[in-house]
Amino acid sequence: METKEHKFHQETGFPWKHVIGLLLSLVLTAIAFWLALATHQPPAVVISIIVVLGFGQLLVQLYMFMHFTESDDRAWQVPTIYFALFIAFTVVGGSIWIMSFRSIVS
Amino acid sequence: MNGFANWAVHFFMLDEGPLIWLSDFLIGCATIGIIVALTYFKLWKWLWDNWLTTVDHKKIGIMYLIAAVLMLFRGGTDGLLMRAQLSWPNLHFLNADHYDQIFTTHGTIMILFMAMPAIIGFFNVAVPLQIGCRDVAFPYLNAISFWLFFAAALLFNLSFVVGGSPDGGWTSYPPYVENVFDPGPGENYFLVALQITGIGTIATGVNFLITILRMRAPGMTMMRLPMFTWSVFITSIIIVFAFPVLTVALALLLIDRDFGSHFFTVTGGGMPMQYINLFWIWGHPEVYIVILPAFGIFSEVVSTFSHKRLFGYSAMVVSMIAIAILSFIVWVHHFFTMGAGPGVNSFFGVSTMAIAIPTGVKIFNWLFTMHKGRVEFTSAMLWAVGFIPNFLIGGLTGVMLAVPPADYQYHNSYFLIAHFHYVLIGGTVFGVFAAIYYWWPKMFGVLLDEKLGRWHFWMFMIGFNICFFPQFFLGFMGMQRRMYTYPAGYGWGIINLISTVGAVLMGVGFLIFVWNILWSARFGQRDTTGDPWDGRSLEWATTSPAPEYNFAIIPTVKGRDAWWLMKKTGESINGPKGVPFRPIHMPNNSGRPIIMSLFFFIAGGGFIFQWWVLAIIGLLGVLVTMAQRSFEYHDHHYIPVEEIEKTEAAAGRL
Repeated sequence: METKEHKFHQETGFPWKHVIGLLLSLVLTAIAFWLALATHQPPAVVISIIVVLGFGQLLVQLYMFMHFTESDDRAWQVPTIYFALFIAFTVVGGSIWIMSFRSIVS
Repeated sequence: MNGFANWAVHFFMLDEGPLIWLSDFLIGCATIGIIVALTYFKLWKWLWDNWLTTVDHKKIGIMYLIAAVLMLFRGGTDGLLMRAQLSWPNLHFLNADHYDQIFTTHGTIMILFMAMPAIIGFFNVAVPLQIGCRDVAFPYLNAISFWLFFAAALLFNLSFVVGGSPDGGWTSYPPYVENVFDPGPGENYFLVALQITGIGTIATGVNFLITILRMRAPGMTMMRLPMFTWSVFITSIIIVFAFPVLTVALALLLIDRDFGSHFFTVTGGGMPMQYINLFWIWGHPEVYIVILPAFGIFSEVVSTFSHKRLFGYSAMVVSMIAIAILSFIVWVHHFFTMGAGPGVNSFFGVSTMAIAIPTGVKIFNWLFTMHKGRVEFTSAMLWAVGFIPNFLIGGLTGVMLAVPPADYQYHNSYFLIAHFHYVLIGGTVFGVFAAIYYWWPKMFGVLLDEKLGRWHFWMFMIGFNICFFPQFFLGFMGMQRRMYTYPAGYGWGIINLISTVGAVLMGVGFLIFVWNILWSARFGQRDTTGDPWDGRSLEWATTSPAPEYNFAIIPTVKGRDAWWLMKKTGESINGPKGVPFRPIHMPNNSGRPIIMSLFFFIAGGGFIFQWWVLAIIGLLGVLVTMAQRSFEYHDHHYIPVEEIEKTEAAAGRL
């Protein structure tokens, strides 16, 4: 156990990465709120932009907070990311497919 | 003044009748009794130092288990109340409102506050010992997980006597649960309590994922993990991916109720079915979260008491991975009747049936493990053997329900009720009882009595089948779930009465179980060897209960069934003789997890009653405790060599 501990990345100095990450995610959230509440664009445009912003949030999380690039254990990271993509695709794609029944019914 | 008195009477539900008064009285008595006993025996400091602030996975596991048994009592009482109400046509023992509240709390408590803590309790008790490490990866986070669950459970149970219970079913479907149709704090209790316990559960998932990936003893490769640990690994992955969806669904519904948005209201352009869609994206994997660890438990128990290695280890692993993936692509079978069209329904019908294949593989593997084994029918083994036929009935009726056209007939009938009780009781509850009998000596150093254990098993097993098997026929005869009474003349009365008798027998079984715990604590056989069952995995290599540091020297693993191999070759768990002990690095206890969850509790109360000052105070408290943790530098200590030598000498291992 003692030998394993040294493998982990040690953070030194001021955590700039985290601060920038926090600011970025706050800004991205604020833009999404502003688009939904204060602008009067067609819903399709607003939703498309929010999807892009959401993808940005994802990248901020992975790179700024989860230290995606700093691990020495790729063997587990790669399949996990693929599984996460599979779940994201299932949840989003599946929901759109399932909920499209509204247009069939009406 | 009069206005305030009226408000208070309504708030504390004193106008709701004798059931509430009785509960108030009992809660008061229990609270006063506990406080008096702790003060009289001067146990406050002991309680705080040894339990409330502990970060030791073994003690956290025990606390999870105690909470789960208490919640089983609460949920079981709800169940008995419902069975009493339904035992004969036209009864008015409960009115419709009370019946709604009771089936809601029954379902929610049994899934989220009984099944979850029971299986997570056994994650804690067994996994670090099975993989040969000294604690989980994040012991402090583990304590936070437990106390968040505990705060949520308290909050949820409080609804019975303060403000009113939720009454929208354990699934809490809109539009019924929107403010217009269901005002009052009840549904907020459901949403907030689940949100809080959900945070704890996600943390547990992360914790055990990292523990199993990072903390294994040298030589313990993934394909040498005990099967229970494998099941926990897969379960943790499902938790991490499924629970965030629940968080989102609950948050959106809470925003609807607390802040007047229209995510799920029909009039505001919302989509109520979208909640149902999101709920089951979590809800179906949740079923596997509570069943896979039970599969792991059965694998351990069957292999140990057949005195054979597990048949088809790799097939077991592959089928669990298959179940994990499939569990994410079947959720529509909970709402085929929404009418999403033939394409959607056929896809999800077929994917649901596909789950039967890996599950069938596992059933055959357990049977082949017993085949030609020296099978020993201890209480734990009885639960494992009893599980197979009961779970099979649950699984096969599940395949029947997976056929969309047929599902339109069974949907929300008692056929469904019988099906999921066969799966959840026959699978998870039997698994939990098997684990209790199996790991009890490891947790407490005492064996549960075998004779009482057999009485418990047979009473519960027979009662369970008398209770739920007739409900398949009630379903065919057209009885719907969630109806609080029914007219005479449908021929349902006598079948319901039989079912109620079965429920009472299950209650008797539970009482025998509680008696067994009390009797064994006083007179039970003490486990002096640490290995009462001739076990196979590493948890049986250490004393019962295990010392604080689990293993004085981290063992080196040379194959599957590590302890069995060591016993065969005559090795000691502490390795070759003469290797000196070194000081052991351990985390410090901390009072902060319980304080943090107290703030979560306060914030939860604020969101439930829309008292925003309370919510802000609570959330600020949470932030402050988190910030404090960031600046805590002395969070560990070393156990000196002398102390280790003393403990090991007492265990006879020097």
